[in-house]
Amino acid sequence: MSGGRRDLAHASLALRGIARREALRFVHQRGRFFSALVRPLVWLFIFAAGFRSVLGVSIIPPYQTYILYEEYITPGLCGMILLFNGMQSSLSMVYDREMGSMRVLLSSPLPRWYLLFCKLLAGVLVALLQVYVFLAIAWFWDIRPPPAGYLAALPALVLAGIMLGALGLALSARIRQLENFAGVMNFVIFPMFFASSALYPLWKIRDSSELLFRICQWNPFTHAVELVRHALYGVIDWTSLGVTLGASALFLAIAVLGYDPLRGSLARREGAATRA
Amino acid sequence: MRGEGDSVERGQATGDAATERAGEARALAERPPAALEVGALGFRYGRHVALEDVAFEVPRGRFVALLGANGAGKTTLFSIATGLFSAGSGRVRVLGHDLARESGAALAELGVVFQRPTLDGDLTVRQNLAYFADLHGLPRAEARARIERSLLRHKLGALGERAVVTLSGGQRRRVELARALLHDPAVLLCDEPTVGLDAPSRRAFLAHVRALATAADGLGVLWATHLFDEIEPGDRVVLLERGRVRALGELDALLLEHGAGDVGTLFATLGAGMDER
Repeated sequence: MSGGRRDLAHASLALRGIARREALRFVHQRGRFFSALVRPLVWLFIFAAGFRSVLGVSIIPPYQTYILYEEYITPGLCGMILLFNGMQSSLSMVYDREMGSMRVLLSSPLPRWYLLFCKLLAGVLVALLQVYVFLAIAWFWDIRPPPAGYLAALPALVLAGIMLGALGLALSARIRQLENFAGVMNFVIFPMFFASSALYPLWKIRDSSELLFRICQWNPFTHAVELVRHALYGVIDWTSLGVTLGASALFLAIAVLGYDPLRGSLARREGAATRA
Repeated sequence: MRGEGDSVERGQATGDAATERAGEARALAERPPAALEVGALGFRYGRHVALEDVAFEVPRGRFVALLGANGAGKTTLFSIATGLFSAGSGRVRVLGHDLARESGAALAELGVVFQRPTLDGDLTVRQNLAYFADLHGLPRAEARARIERSLLRHKLGALGERAVVTLSGGQRRRVELARALLHDPAVLLCDEPTVGLDAPSRRAFLAHVRALATAADGLGVLWATHLFDEIEPGDRVVLLERGRVRALGELDALLLEHGAGDVGTLFATLGAGMDER
């Protein structure tokens, strides 16, 4: 086998191994699967039903007609699954680092950026499974995008998952201990989710506050949600695609730098721990 | 005439020296590379000097003990040797591959048992080994065969399907060792691997690793410890103190050189804060 083909085979084996490990861990932690699913379902069944009459949605792209509020928030809840999963990956990276298994991954004979990307992709695959199970349950709740939309949404979900996973990865390079993860919940997950178009259209937010509207517009999570929303109805939102791609590249670069042995915070942090 | 004779002699001498130098260079080039070569290694955490001008070799088929008290720099050295940190200065070569420039080739020849257990507790022993085989690019059939051989070699045959979380400390360490050697590396780095084990497990684990170093495949072993009862006569020893190499050589020669009757006396003279067991 030539060197190039051998490298390619090695890279694909590593991706398979990392994905399989994530999947096995996921199977072993079934509670994680159900809790990841219960969260958006509670929002769909309870929150959306309750707010249906309060939060009417006018005709806005990609919808061709008036829709129920449940239908509006479904892509946002898909985004919620990806967001929580991305942060869960971040938590698992910190846990892996504390437990030491991160060392095994990072001392493997493959480029570090590739190992981190594999880890990220493996997390996204697990999240995708959750999203499609959620969409299947939502179908029984009469939320039925065009059948082709389920397929068209796949690349959008992958990209959104990569962006949010990369954000989690970048954060994990900075988080010292598992205990600090509560801060991530308060300072990243909630603001990102609520200051976005996941729960209400941006024009409604603009009615209330121009500043909040601008913040929501700058929030990459808004674009991830809009990308998924449009894709589910067979439409490409080019602005959201560009922003999600750009944010993915940026977060991934920050993550790779964070885990870089020369520039990253890993050595400084471990140094502090060693001297402590 | 005399001047001419001097010149001939000088010419001859110069020729001899050149031949000698060329011979030395040839011998050096022909010498098989060390399993691990650490040269002029330096590292700082901010202002704190963790390692300074550290240099030693682990030849193939040798057991080398890296001795040092807590905070001597052993774990930092391991972090650099495994590519987790970049060296501030100096170099690390694994079987002749420079870790900075050919990290893939160097890391492929490295097996590591880290100080803290690094197995995935939820996964079975076989699943942990298979994950590692994938990370090292072992094709599926070969990986399966190696895992079976490895389970037998490290007396783990009956534990393959057990979740790691159900194993004893000693068994987990053996699994980590099996994993570290699965890809047939040239050098094995063990960072205080007996910490937390009871005395019989500790002795058994150490004896097992020593046997691996003397086996036919010529595995070089770097064994970091702060327990000097883990060192035996004939071992090559690197004594690290506050990030610097204080002594380097065969234990017997070091004892002779420093007029010490036993390992404890030697280290009382050379090092500080070592634990005695």
